[in-house]
Amino acid sequence: MDRLVEIRDLRVAFDGVPVLHGIDLDVAPGEALGLVGESGCGKSVTWLAALGLLPAKARVTGSVRLGAGELVGAPREALETVRGKRIAMIFQDPSSALNPVIRVGRQICEALRLHRDLRGAAAKAEAIRLMEMVGIPDAPRRFDLYTHEFSGGQCQRLMIAMALAGRPDLLIADEPTTALDATIQAQILELLARLRRETGMATVFISHDLGAVAQICERVCVMYAGRIVEAGPVERLFAHPRHPYTRGLFDAIPQMTGPRRRLVPIPGTVPDPRALPPGCAFAPRCTRAHDACSRARPDLLAQPDGRTLACAYPVPEARADSFSMERAMT
Amino acid sequence: MLRFVALRLARALATVIAVMTFAFVVLRLSGDPAQVMLGPDVPQEAVEAFRRSWGLDAPLWQQYLAYLGAIFRGDFGVSMRDHSPALALVLERVPATLQLTIPALILKLGLGIPAGVYAALHRDSLIDRGVILLAVAGFTIPSFVLGLVLVLIFAVTLGVLPSGGSGTWVHGILPTLTISIGGIGVLARFSRSAMIEVMGQPYIRTAAAKGVKWRNVVRGHALPNAAVPIVTLVGFMVGSLIAGAVVVETIFSWPGIGRLLIVSVSNRDLAVVQCILLLIAAVMVVSNLVVDLLYGALDPRLRAQPTT
Repeated sequence: MDRLVEIRDLRVAFDGVPVLHGIDLDVAPGEALGLVGESGCGKSVTWLAALGLLPAKARVTGSVRLGAGELVGAPREALETVRGKRIAMIFQDPSSALNPVIRVGRQICEALRLHRDLRGAAAKAEAIRLMEMVGIPDAPRRFDLYTHEFSGGQCQRLMIAMALAGRPDLLIADEPTTALDATIQAQILELLARLRRETGMATVFISHDLGAVAQICERVCVMYAGRIVEAGPVERLFAHPRHPYTRGLFDAIPQMTGPRRRLVPIPGTVPDPRALPPGCAFAPRCTRAHDACSRARPDLLAQPDGRTLACAYPVPEARADSFSMERAMT
Repeated sequence: MLRFVALRLARALATVIAVMTFAFVVLRLSGDPAQVMLGPDVPQEAVEAFRRSWGLDAPLWQQYLAYLGAIFRGDFGVSMRDHSPALALVLERVPATLQLTIPALILKLGLGIPAGVYAALHRDSLIDRGVILLAVAGFTIPSFVLGLVLVLIFAVTLGVLPSGGSGTWVHGILPTLTISIGGIGVLARFSRSAMIEVMGQPYIRTAAAKGVKWRNVVRGHALPNAAVPIVTLVGFMVGSLIAGAVVVETIFSWPGIGRLLIVSVSNRDLAVVQCILLLIAAVMVVSNLVVDLLYGALDPRLRAQPTT
């Protein structure tokens, strides 16, 4: 496979507490990859670490290769040429992710100046074009407004416009719709899908919303407690989730079609990274766990059907038939 | 915007009148200028003649109205001590005070803000801890102690600087230092926490993720946001340019407003004290007004609904 980004054994520790336990992940040019998991499972940390955006107290080891360059341990100047230019990132809560005292147009122009050396009128024209491209109505007039004069959804559009300014090869969308209401979420997802089609940039979509991931991704990685537990093509994973955690995520989604069904929550909570269980981190919450699960941690292994899976007693494929793509989309 | 400015101006004027009224009443209730000026052993007729000639025999409210009327005509009264116009006496002393307080203000801004910002950007480093320690020491030592300690070190022990008096710029060094050290400490502490707060905001991460160079993240994205709280404090410091040196002028026998104020209060020289207090209030009010207007320029969010 042609690879844009290649992450190998990426580990992150805060104050000596490991939160990411060796992630292997590839992103192909133009592909849309979903990263799914509960808060604190390491989805965002993976990419903040890759771009060197974690606070100084974070210890990052392993490798993140972008083309020929290694990002882990790279000097700040080298990372600054990658950020926004090769890999752009947008965040949740767009209203606070934009600078409140700088006009939004100028914030976009700053990215254009940094990455495409556009200045003055040329930069302004391009910024307005980008604002129109992401669906900001009346862009020329609103170029000079401030963040607080836009709604949350529009701020996310502006963030996306700013991310597009550098024509990145990869856009990391870190829970871009979490802080937005449902109709706006759908619009932003549609926008991201359209922009990927139009620009051909790869997208990593970080979310805990399986429906959103199904809508725009081709491949999905499910993370739990700082590790990838299951990964594969989105249809296969969603039709037949095999890791009990992936399965649990589906059971907790309400179903729009078919008979009414009781939602099954995953019991317990995410383990404290300072006190991870010795074996499989999910074992204490797992309904399928055997004694062995709390002693030995299963490795992430390739399966015959193309997915990778880290589970000693996975959900048998036959039992998973009733889970449809349609359900995940609702 | 116009309504905002007008409202602010009206409030500023109200504040000044309140200060004037307070000063007027308190001064008259707290002592009799005739007794102080003439001494304890003068005949009753002389005291009454003094009171009549200064209008002190009229009821308080009549005196007050006369005073207000005079102020609005630009008449600030006459010193009871040397019969010269109070305003001229006061203004004559302003340059001497500013000779101390303006360099002190420059020191406060020039050292306090950079030290605080640097400490914030190198949080928990040795330098950060050093800055905090010095800052706390700086603003907890009262100026009369600090002034005396500096005199002890530089005048008495080392003998390199004069312990008091005025005339050359060398005389101004110790009083300026004494005034500025507390302010440097306060401003360093304040800038540090403002900057730490701002550096933790999501938009700083956005700017870094966008590829903005670190130095420009700090300069272009963080500092403009940290400026709002810092400007508040600086405005207060500018406002105390006139009143901020009373203690220090006394310690170093510096012939500024502060010393005039102390002398005039103990002499019950009503017109002069009132004139000084009016000036102090006016400077403080004007600088607050400027700060309020600056808020809008610094933070667009404050333009829409100005704080009232």
